[in-house]
Parts: sequence; structure tokens; C-alpha cells
Amino acid sequence: MRHSDQTKVERAARALRWNIVQMVGPNQKGHLGGSLSIADVVAALYFSKMRHDPENPSWPDRDRFILSKGHVALVQYAALAECGYFSKREFSKLKTLGGMLQGHPDIKSTPGIEANTGSLGQGLSIACGMAAGLKMDGRPSRVYCVLGDGEIAEGQIWEAALAASHYKLDNLVAVLDRNCLQAMGSIVNRFNTNPVVEKWQAFGWHVVEVDGNDVAAVLRALDDLDLVTGKPKILIACTVKGAGLPFAENNVAFHNGSMTTEQFEMARQLFCAKAAVS
Amino acid sequence: MNVQNLRETYGRTLVELGAENPNIVVLEGDLGKSTMSCYFEEAFPNRYFEMGIAEANMTSFAGGLSLTGKIPFTNSFAAFAAGRAYDQIRQGLCLPNLNVKIVGSSAGLSDYGDGSTHQTVEDIAIMRAIPNLTVLVPSDAIETRKMVRAMAAHHGPVYMRVTRTDLPDVFPEDQDFVIGKPYLIRDGKDVVVFANGAMVSKALEAADLAIANNLSIRVVNVSSLKPVDEMALRDLAQGMRGIVTAEEHSVIGGLASIITYVFRKSGLPIECVGIEDRFGQSAENVEVLFEEYGLTSKHIVDAATSVAGAGA
Repeated sequence: MRHSDQTKVERAARALRWNIVQMVGPNQKGHLGGSLSIADVVAALYFSKMRHDPENPSWPDRDRFILSKGHVALVQYAALAECGYFSKREFSKLKTLGGMLQGHPDIKSTPGIEANTGSLGQGLSIACGMAAGLKMDGRPSRVYCVLGDGEIAEGQIWEAALAASHYKLDNLVAVLDRNCLQAMGSIVNRFNTNPVVEKWQAFGWHVVEVDGNDVAAVLRALDDLDLVTGKPKILIACTVKGAGLPFAENNVAFHNGSMTTEQFEMARQLFCAKAAVS
Repeated sequence: MNVQNLRETYGRTLVELGAENPNIVVLEGDLGKSTMSCYFEEAFPNRYFEMGIAEANMTSFAGGLSLTGKIPFTNSFAAFAAGRAYDQIRQGLCLPNLNVKIVGSSAGLSDYGDGSTHQTVEDIAIMRAIPNLTVLVPSDAIETRKMVRAMAAHHGPVYMRVTRTDLPDVFPEDQDFVIGKPYLIRDGKDVVVFANGAMVSKALEAADLAIANNLSIRVVNVSSLKPVDEMALRDLAQGMRGIVTAEEHSVIGGLASIITYVFRKSGLPIECVGIEDRFGQSAENVEVLFEEYGLTSKHIVDAATSVAGAGA
């Protein structure tokens, strides 16, 4: 079943992927894998689901996006630039001295960033505090928080999970980027954080599993979550690490890897050409 | 001399602030009857968050609240507030300079019975090293009240350590408290003692004792550990023969480090009264610990006599 925003979001997701690839460039290391796995969800949030205004980044009633897995800042930068929070000319200055785009999300440096993340496991707690504050003020804002499946080994994630449930933060939606790979290999073999559905349910969350690289399915699931009240919600987004780049898909080398010049050109063909025709 | 409990004053001041400003919110790590955040819970239950025994989450959660315009005060023992939540304070609060107040209670050796796990000899050192963070230590209940109000008025992250020990009043009632400023508590002609927390009243005792030795001690309360007004510190050491620091903290990273750094080119002799590089331990009362760790008025007099001789 199609979603009314599906075409727009699919086009945005391709643009995000091209932005990500451009920011890293050929023969340079970057967190491509985890940025690409969650690109469809991020596109769905910024180009359909979230109420936000690039012209007024501090609009009090905006929805918030917290990238708890801060090392994939590329995907958020890609989305913010595509929305118009800043110029794509900043891409070439990624991780350069004095540049707007730091290695990890930084409120002070980049318009549209809502929290400093990077030391894993803290973003969900920040998102919980925000959700609680917004609820106290009676604001309609929702808080979306993207977690990594390697990241949820951090104990603080589960402290936050308890707090969200205790305080019935139903304006909070976590998204678990379940790409099944952490930096050193597969989650199952290196440090198993499964089963995830049962864990989050046991912590009192409403849990929905979805194909996180299927834009229509993600959009429908996000819409459905709006109807659930009285508890925090998590979308378990089953994704492919490196999604969209055949040479990077399910390839742990691209957790933080570099493309050859040929691979970069292939990416251009895949994302740039398609983006132009759609 | 009037003796008061600082935690009690802290808890009451939070309630005052809560009545004045609806954005004040309080978070607690299941120690509300000890940190005295319980008063705020009674007064403003809807602005009070019991966060359970989960200090890391409490700290980051407070950061999230501040990003919606609240002014959160987090509460736990200093050992956990500063120690367990170090990375959350560093990355989540101080990097973005968020408006969160961290209150480390039962600090120093004051939780005498619980021993080394609950005593902090290093909280000031680790907090001071974090950019953007203001670090404060009140010397008595009067200063605690003024300090808590100043924390709430200051935009940015603040760490305050509060002792469990009842302390004599030393801070003048009519004196404003300004973050960064050192306060002259008692004037003297020979040696200046830069002290904070419980050691300010010990330094005053030392000043009385030293009269018998013909030694005149000036007592300065350095309750702001960061920022510090270095010029004011230099002015307060003008004409002195030597300097003594006195703190209920390791000599590494706290007041001793500040003063030796500020006066590194002064040529003045400096002695440091503080905890040598070791952990605390359980004891029957806090005075026994102060004796064991070299934190008595006698130790201050000895240090002052030593620097006065060296600087003569």
C-alpha cells in the first residue's frame, strides 16, 4: 500500500544517500554503513513525519530528532542540509578546523542539531528529558531518537528505557537501527543484544518491527505509532548496513570505511542519476 | 557560634526558588531524605522527578529538560553525582553548555560511617577539569543559600558539593555571593589561608590558636573553584609572608592546585593542608577522620608557622 508521501520521501532518501557519499568523498574514511542503513527512516522523519521549520530551528512546538548513535552524524547533516538548515557547501568542510560539521553532532556548531551525542548510550536519556519537559509544558511536540543496535549494550539505554516507561512518555519514539553489525562484526557473534522485541516490551514499551529500508512501511509504522498513548514507543527498524551501495551492504568494513574512486563513481550513478530522473 | 546544616538549607532554598520560578525542576537519585530534595517534592510534586538509582540517566535526562527551558537541579551523593555521571556531565551537559545544576551531597569525608565508597576526595578535581563547568563549595549554611540562588540565576552548568557536616556560620549575612569571587573572612598580617568548605571554620580556629604564637592569619574563603578571580587572590596575598591552602579534598586538582598555579611566580612559600593521595575510610565521626587525614586547625597552624618562617 502506497503512502501519500512515499515518492517524496524515497526521492529524499536518495538525495540523503548522495549527500552522505559526497561528504565522505573517495578514499576518505567515514561512517557510511550506519548512515546509509538509517537513511530511509531519517528521510521519512525529516520529509514527512516531523513538524519542523528550517527557517525557525528553535520553534518551540517543533518535533525533535536526537541521533543517539552520534557517529552517523553524516545522515543527520545530509537531512538538515537537504531541508535547508545550512548550505551543502559545508559538506566539503566536514571535520575540518572551524567547520560547521563536527565529527559528532554538536548543538553549538550546526543549525538543527538538538543534542550533543557521540559517547554512546546517552541520547535516549536526553530525549526522555526533552519529552518530559515538553509534556510538562503541554506542547504537542514529539521526540524521535535513533539508537544503534550495538549502542544498546550501553547500560544507560536501559536506565532511560525504565524512566520513559515510568513517566509514560508517549511523546517519545525511539528507532532502533537494527542493522545487525557493530564496529567489529556481527552483533550476534561479537556481543549479542538480542532479542530486542522482548526486551523493550519487558521494559514497558510499545514495540513495532518494520523493514527500515522500505519507505512506505516506515511511514505507515510512524503514523500508527501516533495512535498509541500511555507508553513510550520504539520502532525496531530492520535495516541493511550500507543500504543502497551494493559494495557496502552488510560489509562491516564500511562501518567506518572508505570508497575507492570507482566505488564513489558507482555511488554517483546510483544516487545522483536516479535522483535526477525521479 | 551558630551551627547549621547545609543540606537542610539547600533543600529549603530549592523550595524558595521553586516558588519564584516555575522552570525550576528537581531530579533525585533515591536519596531525597539525605540530599533534602524531599522538601521540593513536598512543595512541587509535579516538578520533581524521582529517577531511581540511575545517576547517568538522571544527568542526561536533566540535560534534555534544560533543552526545553527548564532549570534542573540533579541530586545524589557527590561520589555518584560527579563520579558515576562524569561522562554524562562532560558530553551531555558541558560540551553544549546546558543550564543544569549538579549537586553532590555528603561530599568530602562527611559521610564518615559509609566510608571510602561514599566519601569524595577527588570530585572537585574531576569537575574542575571539564570546560564550561562552574564549580562551587559553600563554607556554611548562609553561603549555601546565597550560592544556590546564584547557581539558579547563572546560565550554564554548575557543580556544587555540599557536606553532611553541620558547620558554624562564617559567611557574613549582609555579603552578596558572586560566582568567582574569593571572600575575606578574617583579616591578618602574616599568612593568608585560602580555604573552602568545612576548612574555612577550621582556618578561623587556626587564626585564634596562632595568636599565641604571635602569628597573624588572614582567612579567605575560596568557595568558587572555577571560575576563580586570580587578580583578587593576588590582592588578598599582598604583603603576606606565606600562603596556606586548606581543603577537605585531595591536594591533587582542588584548591592546592589552583593556588600553587596562581602563585607559581610569586616566590611566596606555600603549604597545602589537604588529603594526600589516598581514599577515605569509615570512622566513628568526622572529626576522627579530619585528625587522621591532617585537616585540623592544628595542621593549619603548623603549615602557617612553617611558611611564615620560610618567608621571614
